[in-house]
Amino acid sequence: MHPASAPSALPSVPPSAPVRLAVNEITKTFPGVTANDRVTMDVRGGEVHALLGENGAGKTTLMNILYGLYQPDAGEIVIDGRAVRIRSPRDAIAHGIGMVPQHFLLVRRHTVAENITLGLAGTRFFLPTRDVERQINAFAERYGLRVDPRAAIWQLSVSEQQRVEILKALLRGAGILILDEPTSVLTPQEATQLFAVLRRMKEEGKSVIFITHKLDEVMAVADRVTVMRKGRVVDTVPVAMTSKSQLARMMVGHDVDFRLPARRPGTGAPALIAEDLWVQSDRGLPAVRGVSVVVHRQEIFGIAGVAGNGQRELVEALTGLRPVDRGRLTLGGRDVSRWSPRAMSKLGVAHIPEERVRMGIVPPMTVTENAILRRYEEPPFSRGPLMDYASATRFAQQLIVEYSIQTPSPRTPARLLSGGNIQKLILARELAHRPDLIIAAHPTYGLDVSTTDRIHRLLLERRDEGAAVLLVSEDLDEIRILADRIGVMYGGELIAVMPAGTDRGTIGLLMAGQRP
Amino acid sequence: MKQVGPFRLDTGEPSGAWTLVVSAAAILAAFVAAGGIFWAYGLNPIHAYAVIVHDTLLAPGAFPEIFRPTIPLLLAGVGLVLAFRAQFYNIGAEGQLLAGTVAATGVALFTPIRGPATLPAMFAAGFVAGALWGLLPSVLKLRLNVNEVITTLMMNYIALYFVSWLVTGPWKGPSVRGFAYTDQFPASAWLPLIPGTRIHWPTLVLGVVLAAAFAVLLARTRLGFAIRVQGENPEAARYVGIDALRTTLLVMLLSGGAAGLAGVGEVAGVHHKLLDPNQVSLGYGYTAIIVAWLARGKPLATLITATLFGLIYSSGDVMQVSLQMPFRVTSVFNGLILFFLIGSERLLAYRIRWAPAGAPASAPASAVAPSPPSGEDP
Amino acid sequence: MSWLIDVLIRGVAFGTPLLWGALGEIYAERAGIVNLGVEGMMILGAFFAFAVAQVSGHPVLGLAVAAVIGGSAALLHAFVSVTLRANQFVSGLALSMLGLGLAGLLGRGWEGSPLRTPLPELSVLPPLGALLAIVLWILLYHTRWGIILRTTGESPAAADAMGVNVSLVRYLAVIFGGMLAGVAGGFLSVAYRPSWTEGMTGGIGWIVVALAIFASWDPLRAVGAALLFGTLFHLSFRLQAWIPPEPLQMMPFAFTILVLAVTARWGARKWQAPEALGLPYLRGER
Repeated sequence: MHPASAPSALPSVPPSAPVRLAVNEITKTFPGVTANDRVTMDVRGGEVHALLGENGAGKTTLMNILYGLYQPDAGEIVIDGRAVRIRSPRDAIAHGIGMVPQHFLLVRRHTVAENITLGLAGTRFFLPTRDVERQINAFAERYGLRVDPRAAIWQLSVSEQQRVEILKALLRGAGILILDEPTSVLTPQEATQLFAVLRRMKEEGKSVIFITHKLDEVMAVADRVTVMRKGRVVDTVPVAMTSKSQLARMMVGHDVDFRLPARRPGTGAPALIAEDLWVQSDRGLPAVRGVSVVVHRQEIFGIAGVAGNGQRELVEALTGLRPVDRGRLTLGGRDVSRWSPRAMSKLGVAHIPEERVRMGIVPPMTVTENAILRRYEEPPFSRGPLMDYASATRFAQQLIVEYSIQTPSPRTPARLLSGGNIQKLILARELAHRPDLIIAAHPTYGLDVSTTDRIHRLLLERRDEGAAVLLVSEDLDEIRILADRIGVMYGGELIAVMPAGTDRGTIGLLMAGQRP
Repeated sequence: MKQVGPFRLDTGEPSGAWTLVVSAAAILAAFVAAGGIFWAYGLNPIHAYAVIVHDTLLAPGAFPEIFRPTIPLLLAGVGLVLAFRAQFYNIGAEGQLLAGTVAATGVALFTPIRGPATLPAMFAAGFVAGALWGLLPSVLKLRLNVNEVITTLMMNYIALYFVSWLVTGPWKGPSVRGFAYTDQFPASAWLPLIPGTRIHWPTLVLGVVLAAAFAVLLARTRLGFAIRVQGENPEAARYVGIDALRTTLLVMLLSGGAAGLAGVGEVAGVHHKLLDPNQVSLGYGYTAIIVAWLARGKPLATLITATLFGLIYSSGDVMQVSLQMPFRVTSVFNGLILFFLIGSERLLAYRIRWAPAGAPASAPASAVAPSPPSGEDP
Repeated sequence: MSWLIDVLIRGVAFGTPLLWGALGEIYAERAGIVNLGVEGMMILGAFFAFAVAQVSGHPVLGLAVAAVIGGSAALLHAFVSVTLRANQFVSGLALSMLGLGLAGLLGRGWEGSPLRTPLPELSVLPPLGALLAIVLWILLYHTRWGIILRTTGESPAAADAMGVNVSLVRYLAVIFGGMLAGVAGGFLSVAYRPSWTEGMTGGIGWIVVALAIFASWDPLRAVGAALLFGTLFHLSFRLQAWIPPEPLQMMPFAFTILVLAVTARWGARKWQAPEALGLPYLRGER
């Protein structure tokens, strides 16, 4: 079920197909960066056009411009041969552009029909959802996008919510559909289903712009691909005339090193032992259901899974942030099931949190203050009730050098750092005290290649020095590169533990809940 | 970044000077708007302001009067600064102040404490009462996530009716037939005044000391660090194991306590008895919100902002006496200043720089986040 | 029996300004904007309704003017909190201060004399209020406008992406809320207690804000909530024969705290605040 192995159903679009959408020399700058630098590309009717690039290459910015969320500083957009200005999403819709954003814009407490009705013109004033429900069912049939129009959004799975977003765009008559990283929240199987939907849309002559950083997906579904790097277009090529390695070269600018580090499966002593762990979600429902796992020293244990299958609650329970409902947690021989985050940290547990800005730092506080966040109430950073900011600054300067954190000064507010430097700051802080157990949640999500590489090296280094690492990631490649053993979480359970080197297809099936 | 003529509009950290300029401009604009209201009211605004300036600043004996309302505003305001730093929207300083007056009155009239111990006992009792009055909303907020803005407000009205019940009922002085007062305090419960003025200086000193102490607390202590983390990012506070309940309760004890001290000053330094709540506190607890907001999280800045609003209060007196306007006019000033202050806050995110075309952009280093600036609303 | 009916009638009379105010606040908050300026808008409405009714002899005209005044005051709040994206709580407080101050300033000289042509308190606004609640409920849950309004308060980004003008919706909802608050204030001075006294709203505006929460932002529930609070007010008034008035006047405020705590503890998930309540919206910020 490897996406790349799925047969391409249709031949490539003939080059004679008319251009539906063209962008010419689009430039967009934000303070400090040029997100789009004279970007030029075109999309034809009946074509799936992939937009490939690393995180931060400028893909999403370009799409937000097309959808009227940002205004370009320069350049023009041409639709069906006419130059247009897109000032708002309303304009974009009027020009037949639909968007399925990476983070869905759905009202969680409203029904599917209510969410879709909002964007439709010409619905009835009273009881407008009645007609819309019929339309939804018709479209769902036609494109294979089954969903209950009366269900509330919060009751739906992530892939169902994505269907709602697609239906929303289609019902509004979108002829050009933009999908921003649509597979990042899907299992490989769900992704394959999505590709089938995209092919159906292509058959009807619609244009699809498919944003991704995954090479396999480009090969599987796209007709042509435009590669972006650092805000610029590298090239646009027909998929039939390129290869994965060529695309990879274009995307990152140099040959990707596919060499994998040495494995150390479970050689060290047990560090963390979880026995039949049950943890509740914010809503009081069981989110982690009877997880038992042993993470050894000198081992990286990777947990794969689609977001929302209990990973967050598991991580919070392991770090003392969420009470353990049932079961036992042992760390270094001690029962820590009821320990506070502070006590866990003192015992040598480092936590790289999933939401680095929302949880990992205090954005308006300085780099120095964020560097001592974990240990601010211990010497040398504080003595008695007073803080010692001089030694805090020295400590921060040391971290800045050691982890090459780019900041104008230790006194700079942390929110002014880039995402990669914020993450390096968090890692520096968490790893500074030589932890025995490192719990890292999505540590490289959204970061550029070199920072990702740096963070991977840091984790491997610490593993080799004897730390136990629990790595939670949605990025299968990351898990496969780093983990010595791989566990898969589904529905709150750890449904399988596999050795390193297990192929993507097997893991994918497990992620979709198909037990071995 | 926007180029407007030779100027460039940058976004970034507001500098101290720029904050000062924007705040001063906002206050000025509020005065102009108030002038418009006077004009509509049939009063020549220039004449009105001339009278105000003369009678509050220049007339003999007028200047010290500014400091009478400054004292409660300073104490309550400095407490609110602390609460706001912890992102606790304490709108209840009025009630906490009134709780302080009740406790002080209780000590002065209904305990045997006499002599030099009376005043310290009154201040201590007032602090405790104000602190306790702020406790329920903080517990409700932290345990049940009940919005503190509404609960602290409700507590104000409860305190108001409580005081008014006391002075018409159980505490009504036997010697003041017909009036809703308590008896007058014994002499040992009177605060000393600066000779020739009506400034009860011990309370003023207390306010200055508290402002300095809170500044040190925030900038130099472990608790201050925890308060700032808790206030700026509660998720991060949870992440490092800062006890939100403990931090917020401590903050609210200090914040409510400071307002309670303000109440003690009013009964022991001004009225020497407990009386109708609307006469004890002329809305000081509400005005203190603006005092604290204008101080922008800096306890020492309340020394200036409280004085500014002391000036506005004494202007209110002047307008009542010399211009025959109701005292409520201070509310107009307060409302307008607050509006203009928060309205101008958007400007603080910008800096105007002299940058003629062609000059190299002094763009921040590559360290600056590539995403558009996110909102940092207080 | 007659005692009970009497209590209920008084409850309706006092519940009426609470209902009108709460309906307005519910609509504003459904669009995502908290307006703590209700007290200020109500007192302005009370004064203008009284003054216009006294001069013209038409209390209904007074109420109409009160609506316009309340709406204009709310426009100020909308500008500061929607366009300037300032802190909504503080902006509302400023509006309350300003309203109380202006009403006190303008109302001097109008105090003391009763209204010549009062409106019978149960004749117009109570039945209209109930009808309005039903209409607003239908609009909210069963029409296009309702979907637009609710989406704006739940997820302005989603509304924006669907081509809804978020600022416009928020402006309209806040202004509409202000108009109802103005009428609520007007009811006090032309019907409930046909006279003008400075500060006559006495904190009702704050209770209105709490009522919107208590009613879980649902217009029909607001009817029940307002009736409950109105009856409570009246009962506390009745008990004055045995208990001094001040502790009884405290009751509604204490009860509000209790109700908020109970709602927070045992309220169903379905009845929670609009998700974007109190948050300014800026396109492109997620």
